[in-house]
Amino acid sequence: MKTPKIKLKNVHKRFGDKVVLDGLDLEIMPGESLVIIGGSGTGKSVTIKCILGLLTPDIGEIEIDGQSVLDISPVERNTINARIGMLFQHAALFDSLSVWENVAFGLIEGQGMLASTARDIALEKMAAVGLAEDTAEMHPSDLSGGMRKRVGLARAIAINPEIIFFDEPTTGLDPIMGDIINQLIVETTQNIGATGLSITHDMSSARKIADRIAMLYKGKIIWHGAVEEIEKTKNEFLRQFINGNSEGPIDFETAII
Amino acid sequence: MSFLQLTGATVLGFFRAVGHITHFTIVAVSHCFRPPFYFQLIWRQIVEIGYYSLPVVGLTTVFAGMVLALQSYTGFARFAAGAESSIAKVVVLSITRELAPVLAGLMVAARVGSSIAAEIGTMRVTEQIDALTTLATEPFKYLVAPRVIAGIATLPVLILIGDVIGIFGGYIVAVYKLDFNAAIYLKNTWEFVQFTDVFSGLVKATVFGFVTTLMGCYQGYFSKGGAQGVGTATINAVVSSAILILILNYMITAMFFGA
Repeated sequence: MKTPKIKLKNVHKRFGDKVVLDGLDLEIMPGESLVIIGGSGTGKSVTIKCILGLLTPDIGEIEIDGQSVLDISPVERNTINARIGMLFQHAALFDSLSVWENVAFGLIEGQGMLASTARDIALEKMAAVGLAEDTAEMHPSDLSGGMRKRVGLARAIAINPEIIFFDEPTTGLDPIMGDIINQLIVETTQNIGATGLSITHDMSSARKIADRIAMLYKGKIIWHGAVEEIEKTKNEFLRQFINGNSEGPIDFETAII
Repeated sequence: MSFLQLTGATVLGFFRAVGHITHFTIVAVSHCFRPPFYFQLIWRQIVEIGYYSLPVVGLTTVFAGMVLALQSYTGFARFAAGAESSIAKVVVLSITRELAPVLAGLMVAARVGSSIAAEIGTMRVTEQIDALTTLATEPFKYLVAPRVIAGIATLPVLILIGDVIGIFGGYIVAVYKLDFNAAIYLKNTWEFVQFTDVFSGLVKATVFGFVTTLMGCYQGYFSKGGAQGVGTATINAVVSSAILILILNYMITAMFFGA
């Protein structure tokens, strides 16, 4: 049996009295694109932050390529993160750097590449996400929301990562720009053969990006399956979520934690 | 909450904060000595902290020296005839030992501490610090260490310049307003000042540079809650730096000149 690229086993995380992850189990196979869906505050971002080492789970195991990534040194963490790309919800571009410097950051600072070589790769990645060369010297404050997402995507794929995380990739974008970003995510992820983990509550985004979908509710995966199965599901929670109904079994009072 | 509970919670909160700051300080200092070193960022911070603080430090110290000369002249005249001749000595002693390091340190704490806290705080709430981590870059090394190194390296130079400007302020008032003999004033200044006077001021400057940049980084690094959180971090950075400067000033003074 193949080793999962990412594996979470019985992961718990709480902030004070608020239980965010309550025994989360998840496996993502190499080259697969998994999308986690769920309402706001159900622990989607916390899941990604735990895998990246930005948060530490209270209990549980997290493995990448069969190796535990908990209780490791900062140097080992940097080595692991150097294989991971991340597109943040609001892009999280560095204000003080130009567009190309943002894209090339992981190459220059993370891998120690020469700035001139890194600039060439950055321009190549920018072209891959539809950014013209004349945007290279602009600063993030000069860009629209869609362009910022593109720069964030170019930065995420610049290091040719084995794994890419997408945190709400279409939030704040109009439907057309959202679809363009979704298409870019699919193309760029396939081109570099990366394993993808996305979190979103945008169902059109989930349907476009995912090979497999998992629904997170009250800190646990309550449903998972291939993207085609989602339309035929009898799971009442999932049906309520994908249809966007206010009536149903989902308890929004406690879901928002 | 009862009085006892409130007292207990306050004391525990205080010790938690002290422990948190101590841990942050140890990690920050350790990153100042371990490669890789971001020389370009250190240089940028030296320019930001040192060069751009020159006008405010210059203005503060020149007026401090001028006021000191004027106050000493009118004050000394009240209780001893001829005491006015000590003005040069009072000015040089006060400026080098106390006024230049403390006043300039407080001004730099306000200008630089707030700026660092606001910048790093904004990076925190917009996930830029998380982005650094995901890009295999240690935030302490990239954000904190260059600022702390620049603060330690820059403040003594700033204060040394402040010493000269402050003494010059006293000279201007003494010579051009109070009609002192310029040569005698300069001779009194030069003969009276000792190495320890200037050195103690530079030690203070080094410590104040460390404290100011560290507090700015600490408050910014742990800011949360959006714009309001960044505002709170900025205020806390300036207030905590100022308080620490005043406390440490006494301790260093006692170390050098205590009986």
